[in-house]
Amino acid sequence: MRTLQAVLLSVALVVLLALPRVLSQYHVTLVLPALAYAIALLGYNLLFGYTGLLSFGHALFVAIGGYGAAVLSSRLGLKSFELILLLSAVTAVLVAIPIALLSVRYVKIFFGILTLAFGMLFHSFLFKFYNLTGGDTGIRVLRPTLLGRAYEDLDKTTWLVGPFYYYCVVLLVVLGFVMWRLVHSPFGLHLVATRENRRKSEYLGVRVRFFRLIAFAISAFYCAVGGAILAINTGQADPELAYWTHSGDLVFMTVLGGFGNFFGPVVGAFSYVFLKDQLVGMTQYWRFWLGLILVILVVLFPRGLAGLFERMWARLHRSTM
Amino acid sequence: MSSFLDILIGGVFHAAVLFLVAAGLQLVFGVQKIVNLACGSFYALGAYFGITAVTWCIAHGMPPALFLPVLIVAGLVVGLIGPFIEALLLTVYHRDEAFQLLLTFALVLMFQDVLRFFWGADPQQLGDLVMSYGRVHMGAIQVPTYNLLVIFASIAIALGLGAFLQKTRFGRILRATAENREMSLALGVNVRWMYASVFTLGTMLGTVGGALVVPTAAASLDMPVELVVEAFAVVVIGGLGSMRGALVGALIVGLMRAAAISWYSELEMLAIYLVVIVVLVARPGGLFGKPLE
Repeated sequence: MRTLQAVLLSVALVVLLALPRVLSQYHVTLVLPALAYAIALLGYNLLFGYTGLLSFGHALFVAIGGYGAAVLSSRLGLKSFELILLLSAVTAVLVAIPIALLSVRYVKIFFGILTLAFGMLFHSFLFKFYNLTGGDTGIRVLRPTLLGRAYEDLDKTTWLVGPFYYYCVVLLVVLGFVMWRLVHSPFGLHLVATRENRRKSEYLGVRVRFFRLIAFAISAFYCAVGGAILAINTGQADPELAYWTHSGDLVFMTVLGGFGNFFGPVVGAFSYVFLKDQLVGMTQYWRFWLGLILVILVVLFPRGLAGLFERMWARLHRSTM
Repeated sequence: MSSFLDILIGGVFHAAVLFLVAAGLQLVFGVQKIVNLACGSFYALGAYFGITAVTWCIAHGMPPALFLPVLIVAGLVVGLIGPFIEALLLTVYHRDEAFQLLLTFALVLMFQDVLRFFWGADPQQLGDLVMSYGRVHMGAIQVPTYNLLVIFASIAIALGLGAFLQKTRFGRILRATAENREMSLALGVNVRWMYASVFTLGTMLGTVGGALVVPTAAASLDMPVELVVEAFAVVVIGGLGSMRGALVGALIVGLMRAAAISWYSELEMLAIYLVVIVVLVARPGGLFGKPLE
């Protein structure tokens, strides 16, 4: 399994790097949101998959990333993408800490509802305070510089599918590696322990709420990075980013890919974005089919695509042995 | 003074409708322990179906003044989709809450397009039928009689529901099942049947609520997703699973919304979520809910 994972990973990376040369520009601009969601979901799954806390409000942090990019680039004139990412993500963490302090006392449905309430609080703030946030139209996001380079000779799409794309792939790899180390560290094991048996882990000296808080903050960081990429890709940050159905989409993607597997959320992000694109192109009733797929997933394949793959691999392995 | 009365009547009207949806949510959560995100979709379904039913009836020679009973019947009839939805939820009763929530989220997505398929993307309205009932003068203000009728209808349903849960045999068994599922199973309660009927009752409360609101407001595709968060606010403030909580929560949310709209409209939903958060932090179980572990 280990070697298989390494092989698959390298193949995936090569494919990702080669995509701009193979696919049309349109399809590459589709990969960008997939990369953004993949980053966001890696963080989200630390909370959902590993810690067992179902948040229905993480679109809040995606929106903070998006609006962070918008405000910093078009209102404050900050151009450096690195600084934008850092500032937005740190803002998200600062917002996440008080929310987490209040929310992590609860589990299950109460945690879900409380996070939903915070998400909607932010959404109505974005929606109603027109002067500050641009209301329902949101704020434009200007093109930032990457590592100090402005690429002024490139038009918007060429820039997106060129330097920006590679930048995001690198971000995914780096943040993915950090997350991999996190979940395999004692910290990650602590989180799983609190998920599996809260009382027992408390008895063993795990500070459950503290660990949940940290996981929450990290997930907010990742979601904000994803949100900034999303907003730069569309050139606009609007309140829909924070709406509760967007949080639902995040959960959907995670389950689609399989939250029991480290790479599940990444798989989920890519499959969701392409699935949705296909459905939107085929029918105006794409929500119905998306919903139906979710029903089938929940009822028949709760472990998602990654779980399905694992099971097939195991069966294949047994039959060849 | 007149603006205060306006807010009061407007708020209570909104609360009356919210209560119906929230009561459905509470019933289902109380018994099945499932938080149904699709309650807003039922509400919208009731609204759209109500419009169609009334339009059809008037086209077939019904005097327009009879639209209120038609709306109620339409709500009850379309609520009969309840058992079918419940049959789907059956697959996740013993699963993790994440899956239960996701399944109802999938229903929200699907219903969105079902509504779009049958009624189109444009908001639908019932015209000014409301005025056929005239207005009532209350001191300095005038209130459409229809709004008062809805408030009374909702109070009647609340009282009926209370009596049903407290006084009837079925209501007692229902509460017993909510309290302890295994024990009621052991005592021979047909839990399958109980779940299906409770879910249908909850669905009907939502669809009737939607049907009742439609003469005063347009039915649109945003309805379901917007109402869900309000209904959530109601049940969280009141306490999950508590009927009394649904009533008080609906009044709080309804009045606050009406007050915010007329005084400082930026605060409309913001104020409601703030109350939700304050309540959850100060009294995690809600005002009337059971305290958490």
